[in-house]
Amino acid sequence: MATESENIEHLVNRRYEHGFVTDIATDSLPPGLDESVVRAISARKNEPSFMLEWRLQAYRQWLEMREPEWAHVHYPKIDYNEISYFSAPKSDEDRPQSLDEVDPKLLETYDKLGIPLHERARLAGVAVDAVFDSVSVATTFKEKLSEAGVIFCSFSEAVQDHPELVQKYLGTVVPRRDNFFAALNAAVFSDGSFVYIPKGVRCPMELSTYFRINAANTGQFERTLIVADEGSHVSYLEGCTAPMRDENQLHAAVVELVALKDAEIKYSTVQNWYPGDENGVGGIYNFVTKRGDCRGANSKISWTQVETGSAITWKYPSCLLRGDNSVGEFYSVAVANNMQQADTGTKMIHIGRNTSSTIVSKGISAGRAENAYRGLVRVMPQAHGARNHTQCDSLLIGKQCGAHTFPYMEIKNPTARVEHEATTSKISADQLFYCRQRGISEEDAVNMIVNGFCKEVFKELPMEFAVEAQALLNVSLEGAVG
Amino acid sequence: MLEIKDLKSRIGDSEILRGLSLSVKKGEVHAIMGPNGSGKSTLALVVAGHEDYEVTGGTVRYNGQDLLEMAPEERAREGIFLGFQYPVEIPGVNNAYLLKAAVNAKRKHQGLDEVDAFEFLKLARERMTVLGMDPKFLNRGVNEGFSGGEKKRNEVLQMAMLEPSLAILDETDSGLDIDALKAVAEGVNALRSPERAIILVTHYQRLLDYIEPDYVHVLSEGKIVRSGDKMLALELEERGYDWLREAATG
Repeated sequence: MATESENIEHLVNRRYEHGFVTDIATDSLPPGLDESVVRAISARKNEPSFMLEWRLQAYRQWLEMREPEWAHVHYPKIDYNEISYFSAPKSDEDRPQSLDEVDPKLLETYDKLGIPLHERARLAGVAVDAVFDSVSVATTFKEKLSEAGVIFCSFSEAVQDHPELVQKYLGTVVPRRDNFFAALNAAVFSDGSFVYIPKGVRCPMELSTYFRINAANTGQFERTLIVADEGSHVSYLEGCTAPMRDENQLHAAVVELVALKDAEIKYSTVQNWYPGDENGVGGIYNFVTKRGDCRGANSKISWTQVETGSAITWKYPSCLLRGDNSVGEFYSVAVANNMQQADTGTKMIHIGRNTSSTIVSKGISAGRAENAYRGLVRVMPQAHGARNHTQCDSLLIGKQCGAHTFPYMEIKNPTARVEHEATTSKISADQLFYCRQRGISEEDAVNMIVNGFCKEVFKELPMEFAVEAQALLNVSLEGAVG
Repeated sequence: MLEIKDLKSRIGDSEILRGLSLSVKKGEVHAIMGPNGSGKSTLALVVAGHEDYEVTGGTVRYNGQDLLEMAPEERAREGIFLGFQYPVEIPGVNNAYLLKAAVNAKRKHQGLDEVDAFEFLKLARERMTVLGMDPKFLNRGVNEGFSGGEKKRNEVLQMAMLEPSLAILDETDSGLDIDALKAVAEGVNALRSPERAIILVTHYQRLLDYIEPDYVHVLSEGKIVRSGDKMLALELEERGYDWLREAATG
């Protein structure tokens, strides 16, 4: 109890501090990007010199790179000099003062998803006092973790408290110059999560950004690093089923996972960023680089994602299967409705011996949306006995949407066994009439068919998450037929 | 129970029903026969509320309500069941799940509590035994990979579970071997009751050997051209449809 009240006190004081001591206006940088901005970000975060150096190199590399154009998405050119790369949290006066000031449509959605009242305020960005429920939960949560020796904190804290771990692993999976957006992220990332699971430890609970109190303002350039030491195990949940609004249109996050010998990481995402209105205006551009490195023998990394939000999703969670017998998995449901565009998939790079990978991708398109699966399976010459199974299914709702599949395979070892299956189906008028004739409403019928289609992926999600994801899908596709 | 008066309906540009009248009372079994393209299936689909068929004239009343004003799911919840000629496959949706959703949609409409999973499965297994269906069918996708006979049995199973007031079976007998035909007929006969009406749409008299109708109607070019009792079916078997068509036009 002592810790709990201390924590609340701390929070309350911190707000106090913000309101009276710090001048919020001067805490933001003007739009534009040059070396001085990168230096300023690093300085404000009080980073050690290795971090500044790393950011600067990323920035210089980014300058020489070009924005990729190969994805099956269309959007107006982004002016990177119009973006402000560091802004302090919005002051409470600028935020909606109560739920009454929030877009009623958003509230309606919260209602349908069954989001608890105190959560709605936080999600909608309402200026609220410390959310006491979450605080107490988070406190007991932190105690349990530290007993197990698990480090779970914000990236900024990790840089201060565990610089040796950060220095050892940062950028070892997604190098600074990996791609245009990853380089930009490396130069200017504001915050994110850091997880370290010590040798032989099975993380006692599912880690969720939901419980990281300061998750609310990690901003548009988020960076996550998860290291599972030998023989450890962790399940990490990212995101939230509730629609999140954000004034930043461009999001370029980076996630790096490192699994050492015999370690296992399960990473589940539910992404529901604002997709824009029916015409796609105002939606988030989500350009994410996610990669896991099965660095040790017998390690395993499993990605599960349910992508329903954003105007544009550009995202390919991948696995580098370096350790012998390592396993990579990718389970994905990507929904695109109205004017949404999704280009998502995975890369499985087989390097070690007897490595295996599984890809199950379910794409749902409705409205005028475009949904593309893009996947690469690469078997390197030394990867004897590699196996891959890819299953890629598309479901179309209505007549104006599109589904595209771009599978790439590069097999350089003759012992590899690689399978690819793909199907495209449509929710037909006959199916809907059949269900309606049995007394089931059209909306329920669509939900039933869609959930049936996604079953294989949902069963990979942690239980509560799976239930939420199902509800989310139903809401996302509301009105998609008829 | 069902009162159809001068019903006219078309799909696209082709007029199919051209002034059809039919009256069905509780407890009755009607057989609708007729050559291909005479409008038998259209009649079944219009009563069920298929939106591809435009009603251009006439009225349909069901238990005193204007049926044509009701959405297909409302009609179903009010007790109208259509056994489809070609039941559609819905891959990924569990057969038991659809059936339970259907049963509960109706119960909810009637103001009853939803049936729980245990009760539901018990009832479903009982009914399946009667129909000679393997309980494994419950766990498969709706009609997914079912043979023709299995699909038809599945329709009868759904009917048995939903206990409709008015069941319309659209060529439920077509493509069935004799064992399947008997099983389906048994399922239908088990449902016969003074509270329920059944309309059998069929091409052949064969089904009527097993389900004895009270009335037989012959449909030709979108109208009922002759009505009678089961003897009419036997006569048709012998003489075909042509003499009736000639009688109608001549």
